[in-house]
Amino acid sequence: MDIDMLRVFWSVVLIAAFVFANATVMGYLERKLAGRFQRRLGPMEVGWHGILQMPLDGIKLLAKRMIVPQQAEGLIFRLAPVISLSPVMLPLIVIPFSPVLQVVDMPAGLIFVLAIEAFGTIAVFLAGWSANNKYAMIGAMRSVAQNIAYEIPILLVALAVALMAGSFSLQQIVLAQAALWFIVLQPFGFVIYLISGLSECNRAPFDLPEAESELTAGYLTEYSGIGFSLFMIAEYTHMFIICCLATVLFLGGWQGPELPWHEYSSAIWFFMKAYGLMFVMVWMRWTFPRVRYDQLMKFAWKYLIPFALVNLLITALVVYL
Amino acid sequence: MTMSAADSRHFRMHLNLGPQHPSTHGVLHLALEMYGENVLDIDPVLGYGHRMHEKMAERRPWQAFFANTPRIDYACSLPHSHCYALLLERALQIEPPARAVSLRIIASELNRVASHLLWVGAFLLDLGAFTPILYCFDDREQAVDILEHMTGSRLTHAWMCAGGVTDDIDEETVLKIRAFIRRMRARFRIYERLVTNNVIFIMRTRGIGVITPALARSCGATGPVLRASGMACDIRKVAPYGGYDQYTFDVPLGSDGDCLERYRVRMEEMRQSLRIIEQALDRLPGGPVRTKVPRTLAPPAGEYSSTVEGARGDVTYWAVSDGSEIPYRLKIRSACMGNLSLIPELCRGMLLADLIATLGSLDLVIPEIDR
Repeated sequence: MDIDMLRVFWSVVLIAAFVFANATVMGYLERKLAGRFQRRLGPMEVGWHGILQMPLDGIKLLAKRMIVPQQAEGLIFRLAPVISLSPVMLPLIVIPFSPVLQVVDMPAGLIFVLAIEAFGTIAVFLAGWSANNKYAMIGAMRSVAQNIAYEIPILLVALAVALMAGSFSLQQIVLAQAALWFIVLQPFGFVIYLISGLSECNRAPFDLPEAESELTAGYLTEYSGIGFSLFMIAEYTHMFIICCLATVLFLGGWQGPELPWHEYSSAIWFFMKAYGLMFVMVWMRWTFPRVRYDQLMKFAWKYLIPFALVNLLITALVVYL
Repeated sequence: MTMSAADSRHFRMHLNLGPQHPSTHGVLHLALEMYGENVLDIDPVLGYGHRMHEKMAERRPWQAFFANTPRIDYACSLPHSHCYALLLERALQIEPPARAVSLRIIASELNRVASHLLWVGAFLLDLGAFTPILYCFDDREQAVDILEHMTGSRLTHAWMCAGGVTDDIDEETVLKIRAFIRRMRARFRIYERLVTNNVIFIMRTRGIGVITPALARSCGATGPVLRASGMACDIRKVAPYGGYDQYTFDVPLGSDGDCLERYRVRMEEMRQSLRIIEQALDRLPGGPVRTKVPRTLAPPAGEYSSTVEGARGDVTYWAVSDGSEIPYRLKIRSACMGNLSLIPELCRGMLLADLIATLGSLDLVIPEIDR
């Protein structure tokens, strides 16, 4: 009982710390990489090569007053950033970072992650609606439709992987890839997952809800200070969850060459794979223009979902024959 | 998206695009009536950038207006100064020396390249691609640097005057221009790969904002917008001025009249501008760069006009002189005004994202509309 309580306590602390650390590192990496892709250096002033940029930006945003418009729904407006952060912190308790580094291995871990992630949509919608701003409202409506549409390919592809692994538990799925990573057996599934995952995070080229050039920051328009920074942290954490799930489902999780203290150090392989995928996401953001809203929805409903269904069907046939 | 008349009455939303908006290229206020994501009607509200240039013209001596002309369209300012200089030269019956004519062409075409580069970057920023604008500004920096050497300023070039140009260029600048031409020609390949062949870019621009030749004519659109619709009308060919008839260059023509075509036309125009600059440098004559004109200019009473091809379309200046050293009236026709008039016609039933793409593809500089 005591060990369990200690474990729970440390897990909570570590997860919270990790979420903020991830946002800091990713924010810095994104800005540096954006600079490099754009033939410039990125942050250089603060600290060595700008390494202190994110913490100082965080302090700056904390110090700013969060302006709540008079016509906005005060309570919901203030709560929405918090609501956006919770559903992306929770899945971290089931992700297997290594054979033993997993807070709790739920038998239906995969379903847990996907179900909780869906709550992020509500937060975006509440943010856009409570701001009482037409631009924010358009952004929020776009986001709801987009998130709902792109959740389905993710579910279908995850289901195909679960079929192949024979279980919904994430640790079992990783162990089932000991022989061969699922990306080899399900390449289309991987591509579909990655595209849908990008769209779930509202990341370019699918960043319509916060389409800067059309909607002046969409659902984020009225947010300043701590509200804005919480949304950004939530976005980076969501990205991380999507990449973690991709690593677990397709890239063999923590599997990799043996290292000393393998039970703990295989987390290194996990993080390398997850952050490799994060790099790809950042790369795509700075390369492609934005797709148009109706093109986005058409792509999901007419192309991705049928492909994911066919993928599932073929997987089912192969597994049971 | 189909909607009945009753629906659209109930669920109309009024949205103000601008005057402060990342995509309106200046202080343009478009009052939109929307049904969901579709735009039903547009009412452009102009005048936020009105700076009373024409009134200033009525208060200052003729030659002092050269301080205003670059600021009317700051993205491509030399054609405006060129137009005003030609107007004065016609009125005063003076001829600029041959070297000045060539230098004016070199600078105007460099300015056109810089302006189109700015447009490419801004257009892609509107579409959501954050990287090309930095590539374009990198290239533009070279061009603007050369213009700074020639004229003294990076953007608002007060260099042309009645009778020629104020300063000559040196050998170093000529070498820099040649290096720029070589560099730019290599850079076009990068743009081909990053932008022109980008599948999302094509998805966002093909078939969007189609302007038929009839619509373009009825709204008074000029410049690349008109040429992308298929009408071959370039003032440099149709009514050559300032020595352009001595140079060989093509005028790119489109056929579809959509955003992609306007992009292609402008990219090709940049290539043709580089061609013109090269020919002008090869044949650059020696001699003075300015003919002597009196200190105060006082054109004889009458009406004068001149038209040039700016980066955005036809720029026309009309002046009425009453014989004194201050104009009686100066009227400036800006190219962007005609292009902007297309928007209310084009955008009924369009999606908001397409409206932004179309607005971007027209290459508007709002202060030129408001003057």
